[in-house]
Amino acid sequence: MTDTVIPHGRAESDAPPPIEKIGALRWARQNLFNGWLNSLLTLVAAAGLFYALPPLIEWALLDAVWVAASDEACRQATGACWAVVPQKHRPMLFGVYPYDEHWRLIVALLIYVVAICVTLVPRFFRRGIVLPLWIFALTGIGLMLWGGVFGLTYVDTSQWGGLPLTMVLFTGTVVLGMPISVLLALGRRSSLPAVKTVCVTFIESIRGVPLVTILFVSAVVFPLFLPDGVDINKLFRAMVGMAIFFACYQAEVIRGGLQAIPRGQYEAAEALGLGYWHMTRKIILPQALRICLPGIMNHIIAAFKNTSLVLIIGLFDILTATSAVLQDPLWSRFFVEAYLFVALVYFVFCFALSKYSQGLERRLSEGRRL
Amino acid sequence: MAEISAPRAGDTSILNSLAFRGFVYQVLLAAGVAIAGWYLYANVHENLARQGIVTGFDFLWQSAGFEIGESLISFERSQFYSRILLAGLLNTLHVSAVGIVLATILGVTVGVARVSTNWLIAKLASIYVEVFRNVPILLQIIFWASVVRNLPSQRQPISFFDSIFLSNRGLHFPVPVDHPIYPWVIGAFLIAVAGAFYYKRRARLHREATGRQLPVLWPSLALIMGLPGIIWLFAGAPLEWQVPVLRGFNYRGGMSSSPEFVAVLIGLVVYTAAFIAEIVRSGIQSVGIGQVEAARSLGLRGGLVMRLVVLPQALRVIVPPTTSQYLSLIKNSSLAVAIGYPDLVSVGNTTINQTGQAVEGIAIMMLIYLIISLTISAFMNVYNRIVAIQER
Repeated sequence: MTDTVIPHGRAESDAPPPIEKIGALRWARQNLFNGWLNSLLTLVAAAGLFYALPPLIEWALLDAVWVAASDEACRQATGACWAVVPQKHRPMLFGVYPYDEHWRLIVALLIYVVAICVTLVPRFFRRGIVLPLWIFALTGIGLMLWGGVFGLTYVDTSQWGGLPLTMVLFTGTVVLGMPISVLLALGRRSSLPAVKTVCVTFIESIRGVPLVTILFVSAVVFPLFLPDGVDINKLFRAMVGMAIFFACYQAEVIRGGLQAIPRGQYEAAEALGLGYWHMTRKIILPQALRICLPGIMNHIIAAFKNTSLVLIIGLFDILTATSAVLQDPLWSRFFVEAYLFVALVYFVFCFALSKYSQGLERRLSEGRRL
Repeated sequence: MAEISAPRAGDTSILNSLAFRGFVYQVLLAAGVAIAGWYLYANVHENLARQGIVTGFDFLWQSAGFEIGESLISFERSQFYSRILLAGLLNTLHVSAVGIVLATILGVTVGVARVSTNWLIAKLASIYVEVFRNVPILLQIIFWASVVRNLPSQRQPISFFDSIFLSNRGLHFPVPVDHPIYPWVIGAFLIAVAGAFYYKRRARLHREATGRQLPVLWPSLALIMGLPGIIWLFAGAPLEWQVPVLRGFNYRGGMSSSPEFVAVLIGLVVYTAAFIAEIVRSGIQSVGIGQVEAARSLGLRGGLVMRLVVLPQALRVIVPPTTSQYLSLIKNSSLAVAIGYPDLVSVGNTTINQTGQAVEGIAIMMLIYLIISLTISAFMNVYNRIVAIQER
């Protein structure tokens, strides 16, 4: 009988398949208690949550102190002392930047957030929009941070700190690093042996060492490379070091994308009479970058997390600033709350970026999937 | 130029030849690299001469004059810089080796949990991955260092089974007391493993000759567990644990890990495991369900489906990125410098501060990391060639 059912059913079903309704009990049976092993795991996990969650909620929410004028209230409470964040948010977020000028940092951060949000909207993926937007935004941010004109007092980069410094490092790393990475990737795929050798050696050497040592080079050794009297500021040196590190990892991702372009694309471009750079810019790179977009986003997220490493060479990013705040003996015992706050800042940014990248990936692959 | 003449051979300029252009580009690049290198070298030379710093590696054979908190080799402050750098390197390798083992165990567990059909387990695993992957590892290491530093003192430690103690002095745990029979047990174990391999080969030859499969797993396990076990039982089953005991201000007996070691280790393991978990998940999901169904319809049982069909294909996806995670774990261990664990970078940094030999010091560090990375990548390439799909 079964062989007649399938064609029969097919012919009649123009309507969508019936939606299967599952009750809570049936759902639990299917997803929590299918088999003795899963039942056991569910019970163990549930027991763990049952013991761990209530004290955690009590500590983090119910017994927590949210606002306090001094550390005294926190010392008496049994819960978390979130008050450390409102109390110390300015040195944590803005570092050693002059206190009265903090509004400038807020303006700079707002410009930055708006620029990023606009950039991330797929409708605005056009050179005519993104490029002027960022030139405008970066000029505005630079104006706010440095000052020195329009009656704003000049603030030296050595005084920059906190979240804006993290932002500057991250943006600088990506903006400087992306073009380098494309050139390195193309160089590694080059048919000219000398170009290829230089690129391979450079990429593999940088990828083989920790970022910390590159930051040491930028902070300690690089000044020795410059002729007497020439000085490049520490922030910029660190940024270049991070950009080179970023570029070498990104170059490998882009190389993967380049390798995935079929030979026919190159041949078609050559047959049209395009030269190397035309072919690369108009035909190869747009496809290659689209293919390796997930990898590119991964390394951009990693670059954001890596900005925290400037703590080791003494630049005041948000992590260094928070560690410095915790030197205050009155508040140092509330390090868990302070670090969790910083972790939250990083988490929100990285998580949002990775979710966005997943969405973009789906969007770009639409119409290409089978 | 009234009319356009058809191109003839010999008409095109050499400047339009691809080969000639390529040659010129390469010469220019090589010249540029050489000039830049020479310029930087000259500057460094001049700057160092002006600062009165003697270049060269002679400082490695001067006495260091500083102590490090922990070391796998004996170290006194009168010994050479070379020895203290070696101690630092061993500390790096120590924390990396332990970290790689633990991160693999945790990462595989979480990765398998993520593809579990159990909703609760899969959810918990994915929360773990998202949380620890998206927070910088340096922040995590500093956080754990602060936590360990703020643990109860060694007088009221957190204890497990009254033999493992966790306090602000680090982790103290028991080790078995040495016994003359142990080397023999280890020797028997090695012989048993070799025997098991030999037996497996024989079983395969037997199968190929007769078509009948001999049992392999259980006899092998029995051999590997049994042979050393018999020798151990024969010697009277000696097993005595040396449990750490609080004497005065410190623990005596057993083994210990410093607070810094514990903090770096937790940070590295928790962070890297999140990435390994994602790799394992994608590896498992990359094996199509059709493969499993095909294997079942060939009559293979559950364990065999896993071992002969799913795992070999999943491992091909899992192993290369996992190795690069191992490499980044080793490189990330350099963040120990932030909390004072005496790893290679931390010791090297102190050496640079004391001797002023910044260029040489950093060159040594980078070279060592480079050698480690290249060695592991070389092994990786060999492995990849072995497991790569053999196309006919």
